[in-house]
Amino acid sequence: MNEVLEFYPILIKGTIVTIQLTVLGAIVALIISFIVGIARISSFASVRVIAIVYLEFFRGSSALVQMFFIYFVLPMWGIYFDAITAGVIACGLNVGAYGSEAVRGAILAVSKEQHEASQALNYSSYEKYRYVIIPQAIPIMIPTFGNLLIELMKLTAVCSLITISDLTFVAQIIRVQTALTLEPFLLILIIYFIIATVLVQIVDMIAKKFSKGRNIMTAGDK
Amino acid sequence: MEWNWDHAYAVLPQLLKGLVITIEATIVASLIAYILGLAIAIFKMSKSKLVRVSLYWMTEFVRRTPILVQLYVVFYVLPDFGIFLEAFTCGVIVLGIHFSTYTSEVFRAGIDNVSKGQWEAAKSLNYNPYQAWKHVILPQAIPPMIPPLANYLITMFKETPLLAFITVVELFRAADQYSNSYYTYLEPMTLVGVFFLIVSIPSAMIAMKLEKKFKPIKVTR
Repeated sequence: MNEVLEFYPILIKGTIVTIQLTVLGAIVALIISFIVGIARISSFASVRVIAIVYLEFFRGSSALVQMFFIYFVLPMWGIYFDAITAGVIACGLNVGAYGSEAVRGAILAVSKEQHEASQALNYSSYEKYRYVIIPQAIPIMIPTFGNLLIELMKLTAVCSLITISDLTFVAQIIRVQTALTLEPFLLILIIYFIIATVLVQIVDMIAKKFSKGRNIMTAGDK
Repeated sequence: MEWNWDHAYAVLPQLLKGLVITIEATIVASLIAYILGLAIAIFKMSKSKLVRVSLYWMTEFVRRTPILVQLYVVFYVLPDFGIFLEAFTCGVIVLGIHFSTYTSEVFRAGIDNVSKGQWEAAKSLNYNPYQAWKHVILPQAIPPMIPPLANYLITMFKETPLLAFITVVELFRAADQYSNSYYTYLEPMTLVGVFFLIVSIPSAMIAMKLEKKFKPIKVTR
């Protein structure tokens, strides 16, 4: 184990890269989730169709294939990304597709009376969603987002395959350099577990904050 | 770079062979996931707190760590302990164990979903436990579990490309091998994506039909 711990500088770097990928991927995924989720309930059929095509495409094929496509195939068409960007985009687009379902489900879970109430207040469609519907939908989405965040964190390990030096990549370097197998992998499994557990705690805290004074945490469609 | 049909045709036989391996892996892994998941669900209902708590943290550990790393652990570490498994076997075991932690939640929710009154009713009819499970509990518990279990089957299918990195020549690796020998990523990788869509979109549609047919239980996680 000491041999492995001597590699602590790259282990720390790898951990930071994994966290970066997770955070950046989560931001992309969150934005995509809202855009696609709201597009799914648009009153324009064309917008809905585009959203469904996006959703089916990214949910239907494997995240790994998408990542390789973005990193290795797109350059053949002259679209270049550096590895980190490709990783973040792939993770974000993939998890965003799943997240959009959570957004859509949560918005649909807000009761009909709320729509009628905003109409009675003469709210425009934008005002209705901005001030009435979405604020009530957010607490319903949070548990699903929490699960997706863990899935995203686990997905970042796949980024090591497109040459990003995250934790998994670092473990492979240590394995090759020291000829040890159990120790480096066990160590990074524990680091991944700690990162995930911290993320779970953060999401729980956010969920508590948002559900304060509300009683709709249980009403959500997961 | 132009799309070259010659490459597309040339790679097709290898891809089809890979697809067969991918589907085999999915089926074996899902069987492991379902059986082990049911076992975990049953043990999680144990009266012993020690069993419940240790099982909780064990499953959480598996759930919260990447499959890829778990694959590496089993593939690289077991030989050090004198256990030599084929890459395919390693792969399906890891996938199966990983997803058993997900399916166990489905089984648990499914069993919890049957109300207590049903047990009491079975008892009042003087059913023994076997009859109660067979005639009362399972017929009510199983149908709502089918849609989420079908969804996990599709999820597992989409995770199988990871097996490529422990040398299993499934769909993805078959394409990768072709790419490396002919220096073209475009056709093989695109076809892999298309193959995934061809299999998973119809399967997802079937899963949706199932959801309409059997009102699915809500699995909160």
